[in-house]
Amino acid sequence: MNVNQSAPPVPPFGQPQPVYPGYHQSSYGGQPGSTAAPTPYGAYNGPVPGYQQTPPPGVSRAPASSGAPPASTAQGPCGQTAYGQFGQGDVQNGPSSGVQMQRLPGSQPFASAPLAPVVSQPAVLQPYGPPPTSAQVTAQLAGMQISGAVAPAPPASGLGYGSPTSLASASGSFPNSGLYGSYPQGQAPPLGQGHPGAQPPQRSVPPQASSFTPPASGGPRMPSMTGPLLPGQSFGGPPVSQPNHVSSPPPQALPPGTQMTGPPGPPPPMHSSQQPGYQLQQNGSFGPARGPQSNYGSPYPGAATFGSQPGPPQPLPPKRLDPDAIPSPIQVIEDDRNNRGSEPFVTGVRGQVPPLVTTNFLVKDQGNASPRYIRCTSYNIPCTSDMAKQAQVPLAAVIKPLARLPPEEASPYVVDHGESGPLRCNRCKAYMCPFMQFVEGGRRFQCCFCSCINDVPPQYFQHLDHTGKRVDAYDRPELSLGSYEFLATVDYCKNNKFPIPPAFIFMIDVSYNAVRSGLVRLLCEELKSLLDFLPREGGAEESAIRVGFVTYNKVLHFYNVKSSLAQPQMMVVSDVGDMFVPLLDGFLVNVSESRAVITSLLDQIPEMFADTRETETVFAPVVQAGMEALKAAECAGKLFLFHTSLPIAEAPGKLKNRDDRKLINTDKEKTLFQPQSGAYQTLAKECVAQGCCVDLFLFPNQYVDVATLSVVPQLTGGSVYKYACFQVENDQERFLSDLRRDVQKVVGFDAVMRVRTSTGIRAVDFFGAFYMSNTTDVELAGLDGDKTVTVEFKHDDRLNEENGALLQCALLYTSCAGQRRLRIHNLALNCCTQLADLYRNCETDTLINYMAKFAYRGVLSSPVKTVRDTLITQCAQILACYRKNCASPSSAGQLILPECMKLLPVYLNCVLKSEVLQPGAEVTTDDRAYVRQLVTSMDVAETNVFFYPRLLPLTKSPIENTTEPPAVRASEERLSNGDIYLLENGLNLFLWVGASVQQGVVQSLFGVSSFSQITSGLSVLPVLDNLLSKKVRGLIDSLRAQRSRYMKLIVVKQEDKLEMLFKHFLVEDKSLSGGASYVDFLCHMHKEIRQLLS
Amino acid sequence: MATYLEFIQQNEERDGVRFSWNVWPSSRLEATRMVVPLACLLTPLKERPDLPPVQYEPVLCSRPTCKAILNPLCQVDYRAKLWACNFCFQRNQFPPAYAGISEVNQPAELMPQFSTIEYVIQRGAPSPLIFLYVVDTCLEDDDLQALKESLQMSLSLLPPDALVGLITFGRMVQVHELSCEGISKSYVFRGTKDLTAKQIQDMLGLTKPAMPVQPMRPAQPQERPSVSSRFLQPIHKIDMNLTDLLGELQRDPWPVPQGKRPLRSTGVALSIAVGLLEGTFPNTGARIMLFTGGPPTQGPGMVVGDELKVPIRSWHDIEKDNARFMKKATKHYEMLANRTAANGHCIDIYACALDQTGLLEMKCCPNLTGGYMVMGDSFNTSLFKQTFQRIFSKDFNGNFRMAFGATLEVKTSRELKVAGAIGPCVSLNVKGPCVSENELGVGGTSQWKICGLDPTTTLGIYFEVVNQHNAPIPQGGRGAIQFVTHYQHSSTQRRIRVTTVARNWADVQSQLKHIEAAFDQEAAAVLMARLGVFRAETEEGPDVLRWLDRQLIRLCQKFGQYNKEDPMSFRLSDSFSLYPQFMFHLRRSPFLQVFNNSPDESSYYRHHFARQDLTQSLIMIQPILYSYSFHGPPEPVLLDSSSILADRILLMDTFFQIVIYLGETIAQWRKAGYQDMPEYENFKHLLQAPLDDAQEILQARFPMPRYIHTEHGGSQARFLLSKVNPSQTHNNLYAWGQETGAPILTDDVSLQVFMDHLKKLAVSKIMCSC
Repeated sequence: MNVNQSAPPVPPFGQPQPVYPGYHQSSYGGQPGSTAAPTPYGAYNGPVPGYQQTPPPGVSRAPASSGAPPASTAQGPCGQTAYGQFGQGDVQNGPSSGVQMQRLPGSQPFASAPLAPVVSQPAVLQPYGPPPTSAQVTAQLAGMQISGAVAPAPPASGLGYGSPTSLASASGSFPNSGLYGSYPQGQAPPLGQGHPGAQPPQRSVPPQASSFTPPASGGPRMPSMTGPLLPGQSFGGPPVSQPNHVSSPPPQALPPGTQMTGPPGPPPPMHSSQQPGYQLQQNGSFGPARGPQSNYGSPYPGAATFGSQPGPPQPLPPKRLDPDAIPSPIQVIEDDRNNRGSEPFVTGVRGQVPPLVTTNFLVKDQGNASPRYIRCTSYNIPCTSDMAKQAQVPLAAVIKPLARLPPEEASPYVVDHGESGPLRCNRCKAYMCPFMQFVEGGRRFQCCFCSCINDVPPQYFQHLDHTGKRVDAYDRPELSLGSYEFLATVDYCKNNKFPIPPAFIFMIDVSYNAVRSGLVRLLCEELKSLLDFLPREGGAEESAIRVGFVTYNKVLHFYNVKSSLAQPQMMVVSDVGDMFVPLLDGFLVNVSESRAVITSLLDQIPEMFADTRETETVFAPVVQAGMEALKAAECAGKLFLFHTSLPIAEAPGKLKNRDDRKLINTDKEKTLFQPQSGAYQTLAKECVAQGCCVDLFLFPNQYVDVATLSVVPQLTGGSVYKYACFQVENDQERFLSDLRRDVQKVVGFDAVMRVRTSTGIRAVDFFGAFYMSNTTDVELAGLDGDKTVTVEFKHDDRLNEENGALLQCALLYTSCAGQRRLRIHNLALNCCTQLADLYRNCETDTLINYMAKFAYRGVLSSPVKTVRDTLITQCAQILACYRKNCASPSSAGQLILPECMKLLPVYLNCVLKSEVLQPGAEVTTDDRAYVRQLVTSMDVAETNVFFYPRLLPLTKSPIENTTEPPAVRASEERLSNGDIYLLENGLNLFLWVGASVQQGVVQSLFGVSSFSQITSGLSVLPVLDNLLSKKVRGLIDSLRAQRSRYMKLIVVKQEDKLEMLFKHFLVEDKSLSGGASYVDFLCHMHKEIRQLLS
Repeated sequence: MATYLEFIQQNEERDGVRFSWNVWPSSRLEATRMVVPLACLLTPLKERPDLPPVQYEPVLCSRPTCKAILNPLCQVDYRAKLWACNFCFQRNQFPPAYAGISEVNQPAELMPQFSTIEYVIQRGAPSPLIFLYVVDTCLEDDDLQALKESLQMSLSLLPPDALVGLITFGRMVQVHELSCEGISKSYVFRGTKDLTAKQIQDMLGLTKPAMPVQPMRPAQPQERPSVSSRFLQPIHKIDMNLTDLLGELQRDPWPVPQGKRPLRSTGVALSIAVGLLEGTFPNTGARIMLFTGGPPTQGPGMVVGDELKVPIRSWHDIEKDNARFMKKATKHYEMLANRTAANGHCIDIYACALDQTGLLEMKCCPNLTGGYMVMGDSFNTSLFKQTFQRIFSKDFNGNFRMAFGATLEVKTSRELKVAGAIGPCVSLNVKGPCVSENELGVGGTSQWKICGLDPTTTLGIYFEVVNQHNAPIPQGGRGAIQFVTHYQHSSTQRRIRVTTVARNWADVQSQLKHIEAAFDQEAAAVLMARLGVFRAETEEGPDVLRWLDRQLIRLCQKFGQYNKEDPMSFRLSDSFSLYPQFMFHLRRSPFLQVFNNSPDESSYYRHHFARQDLTQSLIMIQPILYSYSFHGPPEPVLLDSSSILADRILLMDTFFQIVIYLGETIAQWRKAGYQDMPEYENFKHLLQAPLDDAQEILQARFPMPRYIHTEHGGSQARFLLSKVNPSQTHNNLYAWGQETGAPILTDDVSLQVFMDHLKKLAVSKIMCSC
C-alpha cells in the first residue's frame, strides 16, 4: 500500500540525499519505525521546494518536528505554488476536487482491499546511508503509512498505506488531499499551526468545509459528478480522516486523503522549514528515497477496475487509493536532482548507477563511458542466466555513441596510432581499453574480453609501475578513459580508400500540395542561409560537405549548380522506373564556390513550380536517385527529403491507400505498421551499402503511409519529421527549427557499430534506426547525436562477481570532414549472486526505454493486445520476483516495489497507454507509425519525458523566481483552474489556461483582457514586456532547447475542445481511449503480482 | 545518233528522266532478252527555274483505281469538255473551272511542253519546317567547339518560323526544353535503355495535353504547338536562347577511364528524337540531324563496346560473322528508320571521326528517310563545315533546296508494270494494277515515300514490259508513264509535281536497230550499278560481281557484232561502246569492292550512289581525270596509269575526293620554287589552274569532297593510283617498255585484260544461261 509513499517523498529528498544513501540499505520498515521521525524529516524537508502539500503533511507531522511548524506555515504558501489548485483559489480546488471525486468511486474499491494492513516497507532502502535512513525511514513512515505500518500497524487500514503514525497524520493530510481545494490558503495556515496537535482533524474539517464550498464552485466544471461524490467523500474523508489514521480500515475514506496527508505529515516538519509541498512529498520521501521499495497497500482492491474485491470495508468511497500516496515520478525526479545533481558523476567505479536522466549532472570520465553514451537497465548483472531468468529484468544498454556533451565536458580524445592502426586483441578484435591487463612487464597484454594474451607491439611498449599499471596509463586516453576515438587507417575504409567528404542532397517535393502550402518557397528561402551552417569539424572554416539539389513530383529534376555556370541547369529525369543520375559534375558542389548559382536556383525553384498542377508524387525513385548520386560521387552522405503525399504515381514503390481503422484491435492490426512492400527495404539496404542516410520531412494532408515511407530513414539511421496539414503561418517555426537543427547536427556517416562483451554475456538483440546484415554488426548509413541503439544482452555463460562484466561499443564512422574514425565506449558492470543487488542497481528509465522499444517492435509481428499483455506480465514477474526474493516478509496484500523500480508501474502504464499500443479515436494510423519509429531511436531522457510528460505550473511560484518551476504530476487533479500550466513531452508543448486565471495574468501573458478572448489553439505567445510573459517565453524556449525536436506550442483553454487533446497527455488519468489510470493500473499490477506469488 | 543524244538530253532537262531504253521492246519476252531492264532514273524535283508552279489543283481521272492526272498525252474533246485518260482510257468530264477551254485556250497541263508541271495545293494549314539537332557531346574540345559554332551558324540560316529542337547525348541523353527562361531545363534519359515511343512521350510529358492551357484555347490546331512547344520552338523566339545554350554545351562530363571509349548513347538519342517528333508533328516535314563523333557504345544500337582494345568491326569481322553487335544495332536503327519514314521525317547523319562511327549500322536511317549522310574526319574541317552549310543553301527563289515528306506514285500504261525503285525511299505498299509481281529494288508497290529530298535526289525506277508476244502493239503505239510526286515544299506549301512521259514501242524482230540506237548506255550503266549495289547490301560481294559480269557478257552477246569463237572480230556499236568500260570501273569501285574500305566507308559511298543523279553517279563509277600541262589546254585524259606523266598535273574527281597530283617534274619544279619567280609565271598559272577548277567543283558539290593535294611519290597519291586503270603494273612494266605512265603495284586486272576476256566470253558458244 505504501507504495504511494514513494511518490510523495519527492520533495524531501532534496536535502535528504545524503541521508538516503543510508537508507536504501537499511530495511525500511524496521528502521523507520524505530527511528525517530523527526530527525529524518529534517532531512527531507530540505529538498522539497516543489511540494505544496507539504503544508498539510507538515501539519500532521509537524508535530514531530516542532520546529517545523513555523516553517510549515511558510510552507503553506509554497505548497500552494506547487499545487496549482491549492495555490490560489480555493475555488479552483473545487474543480480539481471534482476530478478527484470521480476517481473516488474507483478508489473506493481500492481502499477496501487495501485496508490494510500493510505497509511494509521493505527493506529496500539500500541506497541510502543507514543513519539517515533511520531518520528518513521514520519520516517516510510517517509520510507513508508504510513506515507507519511498521510501527503502528494500524494505520495501514488507512489507505492501505501503512504508517500508523503517519496514518494519523496522513489522515490529517487527507483532508487536505480531499480538500485540495480546501487547503488553500485559509486552512493551510491553520494547518501549519495545527500541526503540532492533532490538528488533522481540525484541518480536515476546515478543508471539508472549504472543499465543499469549492465543490459548489467547482460545480460548474464538473458539475454533477463532483458534486455528489465529493461531498460524500470529502465528508467521509474529513471526519474519518483522523479516524483513519487511527483505525485505518474504516477510515478508508480518509485513506485517500490520508495518504496524501500522511506523507505530508511527516516530512512537513522538516520540510516545512524548507518547503511546502507536502502531501506528495511524504510519499515521495518514502518512495523516492530510493532505498526502500514502497509498498502499496493491497487495499487497492478498490481499484475497481481490477476487480479485486476490496475489502468490504464499509466506506467504500474512502477505500480509494490516494493518488498522492502512490509513487510519484515527480518526487523521484526531484529527489534525484537534489541528491545527485550537485556533484559530478565520476565513472571510475565499476557498476555505479548514474543519476537519473532528468538530473543535471556533470560526468568525469575515469575509465567508464559516461551515462550520456551508455545507460544500462541494471548495473549489476546476475551471475547466471538462471538468476536473470528468474528476475526477468531485461539486461540492456541504451547506447548513444555520438551523444552530444554539455560544454563543460570534453568530447572524446582522438588517438592516432599511426599506420599500424588501433591496437586490438588478436582474437576477439576488441580495442585497447583501460581494462586490458598488461603482463610480463608490459610486453604482453591480456584481453579483458576474451582473455587472450597478445603481444604488445614494440612501438607501444611501456613499462609497468609497481601496481602493474603502465606508466603512461594517464597519458593515453585509451588506457585511462571510458570513451575515446582512434583515427582509422585505410584498412578501415570502404574499398581501402580514404573516404571523400560526405554530401548532403536536398530533395524537394514540388507537387501541387507542396507549392500551395508554401512549403517550397519557405524551404528554398531557408536553405539559402542554412547552407552556411553545414556541420563542420573542429575549427574548420567551412564545411567539407558538398550539397546537391533535386526537386520532384512525378518526375525528378536534378540541378547542375556548377560554379562556372551563370545559371543553374535543370535536368529532368522522367524514367522513374529505372532511376539514374543524369549528371556528375556540378551536381554536388561546395557551397561557397557555387553560392551565386545556388542562390539563383533557390530563387527560381518556387517560381518555376508556382503554377504546377501536378499532384502525383513518387518516392522510392527519389531515394534511389539520391543514393545513386552518392554512389556516382563515391561518397557517403545524407538525403533530406521533403515530401507531401502518398506516392501514387506509376513508379517503383508506388503505394496505395491502405489506411483501415477497422483493423485496429484485430490480428491484422500489425499490418498497419508493416511496410506495404519489400521494395523499400531493398532500397534501404542499397542505401546502407552506399552510406546514404535519409532524413524524411513529411507534410501530409492525409494518409501518406508513414509505416512504409519511414522504412528507409529507419534502416539508414535517418530521422522522420512529420508536419500534418502544414501551413506556413502555423508550422513554419517548428519546421524551420527542426530543419536547422537537423542540417546542422553533427553526423557520422557510413558507420558500423559493434558491441563486444566480456565472456559470459553477449549482445543478442538490437533496437534502433539501423540495418543489420548479420547478427553482430549494426550498420548505420548515418548516425547523429540524437540516435540511440538499444542493445539487449543474454547470458551464454556464468559471470563472476570479481571480474564483473565489460561492454565495449566500437563505432567506425566517417566524420563530417570525411575522416574515418573509431569511437570506443567502454563500460564495466558489476555482477551479483544476490537478486537484491540486481534490484538495487536498476534504472527504471532505461528499463522503460528498452521495454517500449521491445513492445514497439512487437507490434510489427504480434497483435497489439499480445504485446500489451506481454509487457504487463513481464513487469509483474519482475516485481513478483522482487517481492518473493528480496522484500522482507509481509502480508500478501501489500504491494512492495523495489525502490529503484517503484516508478515502473506508472511508466509502464504510460507505455501501454501510448498511441501505438492503445490508439485513441483521433489518432491516425500515420501518427502511430510515426511515433513507433520515433521511439525506436529515442534515448532514455526522451522516452522518459515522452511517456511521462512534464507538467509545469507557471503561476504558482513568484514571478521573480526564475528557476524552472517544480513539475507536478500529470493528472487533471493537479490542475487548478486559477493557474496556467505548461506540458511537454518532447514532441508537444501545451499551455493550459485555467478558466479562472486572474485577469492580470491573462493580460500580461496573452495581451488580452479576459480568458474568453484568448484564442484557443494559439501557437505563439505575444511578446509582451512584463515579467511573466518574459519568464514564460523564456521557459518555453529553454524547454525547446532541451529537446531534439522543436515543440510547437498549443494554447489550450480549460473546457475548450482542444482540451481533449491536452488531456491525452495527463497520463496518470484514465484515458479516453481506455487506458487505465495510474491508480487503477497499480492495483491491477498488484493483482497480477499476487497471482504470481500465490 | 546525235539525234538520240539530243533527245535524251532534252528529256532529262525537261522531265528529269533518263531511260535505259528510249524505244521500248514491245513484248515481255523480248524485253527480258535485252538484258538491261527497261528502267529510268528519275529526279523528281529537278530544278526547273523556267517552270513556275500553277496555283491550282490537278484534275484526276475519275476511275478510282487510276486517278491519273490530266496531261498533255490525254485526248481531249473540247466541245464535250471531256478528256480521256491515257492510262485507263476512262472518259472524264472536265471540272467546272475548265468550262472555258478550247484548242486555243488550253490549261498548262495540256501543253506538250508541260509534260512536267507542278501544282500548289492550297488546302490545309502550312506547317513549319522542323529541325531537330541531335548532338553528340563526347567530342574533343576543339571538335565540339567547331560543331557548336556550325550549329549556331545554322540557326541564322533557318527561316524564322522554323521550329528547332535540341537533343544532346553522351552517356545520357538530354532533351532540352527551349521555352524556359532563366534556368535551362532538359529532360534526361538513360542511354542504355530502349524506350518505346509511348514511354518517351510519357516521359517528356507529351501525351498529356497541357492542362492549364487547354480550356482556354479550344482551337484544335493551336493545341498541338502548345504541347510540344517546350522542345520545339520557332527559331525567331528562341534564337538567343538556343545560341547561348549551344554555347554552353559542355563535353560529356562523365569520366572516361584510360583504355575506354566514351559511352555514347546514339541509339537512344535517335530513338528519342524520333519519338519526340512522332508524338508531336507526325506527317510534317522534319529533319533530325544527328551529329556524332564516334560509334555508339552503349544501349540499343551500340556498335562496339567501350573497351578500346576491342576494335570496331571490319569487313573481315563481318565476313567471319564476328561482329557481335551489328545485327542487333542494325535492327534497332532499321526500326527507327521505318518509324521515321512512316511519320514523314528524315534523319541526317553527320559523322566526323577518324575511326568508324557505326554508319554501317545506321545507314538505313538516312537511306530510308532520304536524309543526308556526311562523313568526315572532324567537325573542325571545312569538309564538314561547308557541307553542313550547303544543306541550307537556297534556290533562286530563296527557298531551301530541300523538300519533305514526298510520296512518289508511278502510273503506267497497261503494257508496263512497275517492278521497283532504288533510291532513298521506302515502299508505301500500295498495290495496284500497274505493280509487277517481279521485284527489282524496292518493289511490290506503285508508291514510295521519300521523306527528304532535294533537287538532285534521283531514284532508279524499274519496269517490266508485260505485253505478251502474241498481242503486238500497233505501229506507232506509245507507252506512257506518269510520275506524281506529292511533297512539302520548303516554303511549307504542299505541292504536286507531275511528269508524264511516253516512248515508242518497237518490235524487236523488225526494229532492233532502233532499239539499239535508243540505248542510253550511261543511264543503263547507272541503273545496272544501282541494281548491283542494291544486291550487294544483301549478297556476298563476289556473287554480285559474277552477276554483273554475266549481265555484261549477255549484253555483249546480244548486241555485239562478232563471229563465233573469234574474239578479234568482236565489235560494239557506238551506243554500247562505253558500257563495258563503265562496268569495269564499277567492278573496281568502292560500291562493290570492300577491300581497303571500312564498312562505314562502304555504307557512305553506297548511300550517295543511291541518290545522286546520273552525272554524279557516273563520276562515282568512273572518275574523271583532267590533265594540265604546258602542252596545251587542260584536257580530260584516260583514267589510266599511262596518263600519269612527270610533266603533268592531274586533277581527278571521284565525287568523294578531288585529287590534285603533281607529276614528278612538276613537283620538283615547285619544290625549287619556280612558281615564285616572275619569269616562270606561266608555271605559277599552271599550278593554279587545277586549283581553281577544283575549287569550282568543291563549291558546287554536296557533300563537299575530300580535297587532296599531292604529288608524285606522296603518300596521298594512293587515291589516284587506286583509281586509274592499272595498264602498267610491276608485272607488265617491262613488257610494255614504255617510258610513259607510272606503274601501279597491283594484281588487279587492267581494262585491256578485262576487255580481252569479255570478248572471248562473248563470242564463245557457252552461253550464260542466266
